Amino acid sequence: MRKIEKKGDQGLLSIYYTAGYPTLDSTVAIAKKLEESGVDFLEIGFPYSDPVADGPTIQNSSEIALKNGMTVEKLFEQLKDLRKHVSIPVFLMGYVNPLLQYGVERFCESCKAIGIDGIIVPDLPMYEYEELYQDIFEKNEVANIFIVTPQTSEERIKKIDNLSNSFIYLLSSNATTGTKLNVEDKTTAYFQRVKNMNLKNPLVIGFGISNSESFRQATSYATGAIIGTAFVKLLAADSYLEKIPDFIKSIKG
Amino acid sequence: MSKYQVNEKGYYGHFGGAYIPEMLYPNVEELRQQYLDIIQESSFQEEFNQLLRDYVGRPSPLYYASRLSEKYKTNVYLKREDLNHTGAHKINNTIGQILLAERLGKKRIIAETGAGQHGVATATVCALKGLQCVVYMGAIDIERQAPNVARMKMMGAEVIPAESGSKTLKDATNEALRDWINNPVDTHYIIGSVVGPHPYPDMVARFQSIISEETKKQLFEKTGKANPDYAIACVGGGSNAAGMFYHFLDEEAVQLIAVEAAGHGVDSGESAATTALGKEGVLHGSRSILMQTPDGQVVEPYSISAGLDYPGIGPQHAWLFKSGRGHYVSVTDKEAMEAGLLLTRLEGIIPAIESAHALAYLEKMQFKKDDTIVVCLSGRGDKDLDNYMKYFGF
Repeated sequence: MRKIEKKGDQGLLSIYYTAGYPTLDSTVAIAKKLEESGVDFLEIGFPYSDPVADGPTIQNSSEIALKNGMTVEKLFEQLKDLRKHVSIPVFLMGYVNPLLQYGVERFCESCKAIGIDGIIVPDLPMYEYEELYQDIFEKNEVANIFIVTPQTSEERIKKIDNLSNSFIYLLSSNATTGTKLNVEDKTTAYFQRVKNMNLKNPLVIGFGISNSESFRQATSYATGAIIGTAFVKLLAADSYLEKIPDFIKSIKG
Repeated sequence: MSKYQVNEKGYYGHFGGAYIPEMLYPNVEELRQQYLDIIQESSFQEEFNQLLRDYVGRPSPLYYASRLSEKYKTNVYLKREDLNHTGAHKINNTIGQILLAERLGKKRIIAETGAGQHGVATATVCALKGLQCVVYMGAIDIERQAPNVARMKMMGAEVIPAESGSKTLKDATNEALRDWINNPVDTHYIIGSVVGPHPYPDMVARFQSIISEETKKQLFEKTGKANPDYAIACVGGGSNAAGMFYHFLDEEAVQLIAVEAAGHGVDSGESAATTALGKEGVLHGSRSILMQTPDGQVVEPYSISAGLDYPGIGPQHAWLFKSGRGHYVSVTDKEAMEAGLLLTRLEGIIPAIESAHALAYLEKMQFKKDDTIVVCLSGRGDKDLDNYMKYFGF
């Protein structure tokens, strides 16, 4: 399992995008381009028909990906040779029902075979992970990434830290994806509060990061930050692959 | 503890649970920790019962349908939820949940609606209590249920169209969940059926259990029999059925019949017959049975009745089906429409098309002369007049 670690002063940049969007076979080409452009790790979404934690942009990308014919089966097939081209950590993100239908054990085995470092499943309950799946994840060296929101209690954050062995996904606000980063005092106070807990896992902030300013703000409290919606919007443009290096440069400088 | 009721972990057998993103965890956890205490408080019970009596018009009659009984050569009773204020059983639950929301200090109410009955019931209780109300409704349902949209607006609710996916109930539910994620502190989500994360299925079933509680009492008064031989109800998500079955779950002699919407036919590709077509999975926060592709994508259901047009069923229904306690069957649009017209002609009661599905199954059963059948007439057909008119060319 590849670790999420800072090498210099700058925070780590992660990009989220949906597999099968904008075209069915765009997934690996985008991953390669992102690594070349200096992205530190990736989150590739496997699309779902009812993504309740997502805002309209990512929801729309999932709908198009499904129309393009993307399935979990197909995604693993496409990613078979991923590690020949991409060396940064890669996480898969999606919802619990497609995961259950594919089979959790089979999913983890497929991740291991490819070299996927972890999965993010927002609607997989913590108790179910502990009771049914933790052993399977650990046996296959696949991390389960938990989400923390401003409403998550300290006790629960500690439990999440104990159960995690990669990073903790810190949501900038209690919201669906695509909402703007809130830089009010209470947000920064919440970032500071979690930072001060000195958790064993690095924190990565997501939701609402869209430019260099919000990226810099977020990474002053966390090891890294994730950009999803703003990048998925870029993928709607013509010649999107050519535009990726400038987009990443505009954030990391 | 009944083996058909929810356990302390929120499961019915292996169905149920709370499959929700962390963003919803505090809201759902707050409810889970408090709902039983709150609804058992005597002040809650008093206000709930008073409103059900004086505002909703309960108890709803248990009506012996003599001409229908004559046709089927048996004894058919109708539990008249259609006579409730706002025209359906939905109000039982929204009264309960608005009192709960009030006691939790919530200022804003959101809801999803398919046929509009739950939306109207929610808008009604919000008007009653002076709370802000936002109702999500599929864009297609907004078109096919215009009178209910007007009712909600008259009562001061904001009706927001769900434009994603099939633009029906499933998508309205997604939008309501998104709203709740984005408004975690001051908002209560009144779910209209026995679906969603624990404790919703149990909470909604408890509020709807008034249906079987009254039925039991009324039936005894009328016949001296404690239980019917059959309790029949339609199932979309399944709240009227959950209420109709509640006090009979452990009375194994009572046959529980749940009628799903087969649309143009179970195998037509246009159906909402979940138990026939679905398999186990997770949708809208609970593990149940749902219509889905092998890849786990939710399949768009179809039914002429907007209230049954849902790709899943509540987790308790999944358990009743799986355990064999309930009989889950389906009837087509055509059979339901004809049953709706038949009740109108024989008894002078125009049923909601949802309820007509339950009635349609009578046609397929064999009864003994002294059998007692209770059909939950979950709602009235006023909202469906357009549909009836188009279908029969009146």
